Amino acid sequence: MEKVMMKGNEALAEGALRGGCQCYFGYPITPQSEVAEYMSRRMPELGRVFLQTESEVATINYLYGAAGAGVRCMTTSSSPGISLMQEGISYLIGAELPCLIANVVRGGPGLGNIQPAQADYWQATKGGTHGDCRMIVLAPNSVQEMFDFARDAFDLAEKYRNPVFILADGALGQMMEPVELKPFLEFDPHKNDSWATTGAKNREPHVITSIHLEPEEMEEFNRHLQAKYLLMEKEEVRWEEYQTNEDDLDILIVAYGIASRVCRNAVDDLRASGIKAGLLRPITLWPFPKAEIRRFADRKIPILVVELNMGQMLEDVLLAVEGKTLVDFYGRYAGIIPSADEVVRKAFDTLKKVGK
Amino acid sequence: MEKKKLIRGRPDALNDKIMHYCPGCGHGIVHRIVAEVVDELGIKDRFVGIAPVGCSVFAYWYFNTDFHQAAHGRAPAVASGIKRARPELIVMSYQGDGDLAAIGTAEIVHAANRGENITVIFINNAIYGMTGGQMAPTTLIGQKSTTTPLGRDPRKAGFPIKISEMLAVLPGSRYIERTTVTSPKEVNKTKKAIKKAFELQMKGEGFTMVEVLSPCPTNWRLTPKDALKFVEEKMVEYYPLGVFKDEPVFND
Ligand SMILES: Cc1ncc(C[n+]2csc(CCOP(=O)(O)OP(=O)(O)O)c2C)c(N)n1
Ligand code: SF4
Repeated sequence: MEKVMMKGNEALAEGALRGGCQCYFGYPITPQSEVAEYMSRRMPELGRVFLQTESEVATINYLYGAAGAGVRCMTTSSSPGISLMQEGISYLIGAELPCLIANVVRGGPGLGNIQPAQADYWQATKGGTHGDCRMIVLAPNSVQEMFDFARDAFDLAEKYRNPVFILADGALGQMMEPVELKPFLEFDPHKNDSWATTGAKNREPHVITSIHLEPEEMEEFNRHLQAKYLLMEKEEVRWEEYQTNEDDLDILIVAYGIASRVCRNAVDDLRASGIKAGLLRPITLWPFPKAEIRRFADRKIPILVVELNMGQMLEDVLLAVEGKTLVDFYGRYAGIIPSADEVVRKAFDTLKKVGK
Repeated sequence: MEKKKLIRGRPDALNDKIMHYCPGCGHGIVHRIVAEVVDELGIKDRFVGIAPVGCSVFAYWYFNTDFHQAAHGRAPAVASGIKRARPELIVMSYQGDGDLAAIGTAEIVHAANRGENITVIFINNAIYGMTGGQMAPTTLIGQKSTTTPLGRDPRKAGFPIKISEMLAVLPGSRYIERTTVTSPKEVNKTKKAIKKAFELQMKGEGFTMVEVLSPCPTNWRLTPKDALKFVEEKMVEYYPLGVFKDEPVFND
């Protein structure tokens, strides 16, 4: 299959449109503006919709309308922009509308900086949204995965009638790598006709709404959402392991996204110096690979969590291990991607703490 | 016994549920006008309404058409999203004055300025109805509300905002008219305006809006009859009725 050199942001865009994205709405923000720029050229070429909006508050509501009309649609932004979208994301979840939202994360809080970061983990997985909200959160770690995850996101979103979220970072958005461009997905454009606002021709009216005034009705709806979330937890957990085969592993590193690539090198380096190190990389940040991490905790293997933030996924790892093993943390911030050397040094530190 | 003549039956686009609006409220009247126009234009099966946050949040309870409930102020964005996704649909954004003229000013301005091919029905009742009568951006100078207990003082609370005049200035807006519903004559004018707006949308001519000065007897603390008088005497004085814009956006 054809392989081309692409920027991560462009791969995300091309992946989405090959996944059937009919409408793209977005507002410029570094480091994701290439997505909108790419879409402004490609979408009209394909006879599809590109619209540069007046704000991210508005953006998410264009998406809300288009998703309600039953077409595949997406937006992308970076941290402050995603913060502005939170009310709308809650409405999308509350009205059960499928769509794709991607965050090419930069440093925060506040205006922060425009460097790669992983500081929006909490926002993506636990929500800045009001209400009991959950979304499948996919964390790519290569330009190829930026393409693949965006291409597959719409099927996943429609399967659950829920937004799907891609949590990338400025490094993944900006770097260039070869990408295998998989073909355009085939899908049924009428799949959503049973509920979407397509015009009430020869059928009862369809209403897209998220308001439930009666307490019983509101609770019932939340039970329905919980059942959906439970199914996602059962069926959609994705993760990847590297060098974790031996029973007597000395240390497990847990890292996602761009940090997982550094940690993979660190595992190789640790092994070269005789330490049996392994890597577990969550691919879905929600649902989180809890059971998979607990497997290592049960065997008392010490865990080192590495993130480009001050310790966010760390909390999910702590919840997963239930105190059964030592969990250590190494974080650098916004633009300072740790070297494999740094991670190796930290790993020795962690090993010392357990007397190894 | 003489049989009563049915002057106006229930439009097809409206169902027979009893509306939840207060007696003398303008929302129900305008719903009915919209439904009649939808019938007359034969667009019921390709019509999508946007219900705002406000007293008309449940507008979809009454229409026999597709509806999409939007977040507070965002109805023009939701309407534009639907219209872009499915241009064959006729899309109405139905909004109150808090919704459109306060929290949603960015969305309405940009929908108008883009010449978005949607129709906005703007219910100006100079008050926040649903939340219990707080000051709206359109509340008149001196008008009492629960957050301007001594009457709106423009030195502290700013001036009532004239949305129709403002949007008419934008090159993207196609047709903008302000009407009211205080008498059968005015109701007919409102209907004519709303019909024209939808017809223009059907022709793809761009952004259309009808602002309807509408009574809220409950939060004005007036009887329905006095509320109509308030519209006629006070509101119309500050918000003159008439067409503010009626010209093609593009000349090709
Ligand atoms: C983001 C947000 N802020 C505030 C509210 C509370 N709220 C509900 S209705 C409303 C005012 C609506 O007034 P208006 O648009 O004038 O419509 P009316 O009820 O008068 O028809 C407000 C402020 C909300 N639902 N969402
Ligand atoms: S509060 Fe006012 S706007 Fe709301 S239904 Fe009653 S009269 Fe109408």
